Amino acid sequence: MSEKHVDANGREALTELLFQLADDDFLLAYRGSEWLGLAPHIEEDIAFSSISQDTMGHAAMYYQLLEHLGCGSADELAHARPASARRNAVLLERANGPGHYLREPRYDWAFTVVRHYFYTQAKRVRLESLTKSSYAPLAEVAAKIQVELHYHLLHWHTWFVQLTNAPGEARTRMTKAIQDVAADFAGVLTLGAKGTDMVRCGLIDEEKVLTENTIAALAPAFAEVGLEWPMPFGMKHGNGRNGEHTPDLDEALATLSEVYRAVPHAIW
Amino acid sequence: MTNEEVWKALETVKDPEIHSISIVELGMVEQVDVRDEAVSVCLLPTFLGCPALDIIRTRVEEAVKQAGASAVTVEFLRHPPWTSDRISEAGRERLKQFGIAPPPRQMPSGAWQVECPYCGAERTIMENLFGPTACRSIFYCKQCKNPFEAMKPVLISG
Ligand SMILES: [Zn+2]
Repeated sequence: MSEKHVDANGREALTELLFQLADDDFLLAYRGSEWLGLAPHIEEDIAFSSISQDTMGHAAMYYQLLEHLGCGSADELAHARPASARRNAVLLERANGPGHYLREPRYDWAFTVVRHYFYTQAKRVRLESLTKSSYAPLAEVAAKIQVELHYHLLHWHTWFVQLTNAPGEARTRMTKAIQDVAADFAGVLTLGAKGTDMVRCGLIDEEKVLTENTIAALAPAFAEVGLEWPMPFGMKHGNGRNGEHTPDLDEALATLSEVYRAVPHAIW
Repeated sequence: MTNEEVWKALETVKDPEIHSISIVELGMVEQVDVRDEAVSVCLLPTFLGCPALDIIRTRVEEAVKQAGASAVTVEFLRHPPWTSDRISEAGRERLKQFGIAPPPRQMPSGAWQVECPYCGAERTIMENLFGPTACRSIFYCKQCKNPFEAMKPVLISG
C-alpha cells in the first residue's frame, strides 16, 4: 500500500493505528519523565530519563507520520487532543502511584518496573510486525525504533528479575504489581474496533498473533523468577483504544499541555 | 559548487555533544545533492529522541552556505536506520581522543567489553548502560581507575 493507494477504510485504519502507537509511547514517556529526580538511585535517574527521552522521540515519529497524512501538526496532535480523542492503552496513562510529582510523591517502583517491562516486550513484538507493514513509512520508522528498543528491554528485564528474586518485601510487591498490570494489559494488546481493517490492509499482524508472541516473549522471565503466569489479562479500567480513559489521563494532559496551551506558537 | 566542496564543509560540522567528531565521521551523512547553487543534504538521525538534531540541522545550513551555497535544505531520513558501524576509522580515533570508547563491532547480548580510552586496559566494567546522552554508556577502568564513557553499539540484529 503506497501513500497514493489507500482506500477510505484503509486510511482510517492507518490513522487509527498511528494514534494508538503515538499515544502509547507519548503517555508512557510522560509517566517516565515524572520519575526524574525520584528514581531509586542516581544511575537509574540517568537511565530512566534517557529511556523516556527515546520513547518521547518514538512518539514524535508517529505524530509526524500523522502530520504527513494531513491530520494536523505533530505538536498539536501531541498536546491539544482531549482525553476522549486519545487512543493509548489505559495502563500507560495510570499515575505512578499516590501523591503528586511536586507534593509528596509516593510513587510505586514495582508497578513502574512491571508496567515498563510488560509494555516494552509488547512494543518489541508489535515493532517486529510493523517492520513488515504494507505502509512503507511506518515499516521504516519501526525498523529505526527497533534498534533503540534493545537497550530498554535489557534495562527493564534486569530490574524485573532482580527485584522479583530479591528477599524481603520486594517479591511481595512485585507479585502484587504483576497482578495489577495484568488486569489492564489486554488494553495494550488490543487493536480496537478498527483492528480487522488494519489486518486486512496488511498494516499489522492480527491481535491474536501479537498477543501470543507477547506472551511467548514474557514467559521466560516468569520461568526465571519462578512465578505463576498471571493470565488472563484484562481491561479493568476500560479500553483506551475506544476513547475510554481514567481521570489520571485528564490530570496528565492538563499538566503536560500547560505550556502549549498558554503559548501555542512557542518554538520547542 | 561541487559535491566535494559540500562534503568538505560538512566535515567542519561537529557533533554538538562530542566536539572532536564530525557528522561525516559519525556516518550521519547519507546523501548530498548539488543543483546549481542549491544544495540538499540528507542526514540519518543517530537516536530518535536526540535533542541535538535541530542544532545539527542549523550548523549544516550555516556551514554549507558559508562554503558558497545560495540555498540549503537539510532533511533527516527515516531510512536506512543509522547504525554504529557507520562510524569511520578516523571517527573511532576521534571518539577515543574525547575519552569515549568506540562501539564494539558486534551486537552483544548483554554487557560488553571495551578497552579503556585512556590507558588501553581491558579490565573495565560497565557501570551504567545509559549515560549522559542517549548514545553513550558509563564504564569504569580498573587499571587506571578512571570512569569513562563508551558509545553504545547500535546494529541491526540477525
Ligand atoms: Zn584505564
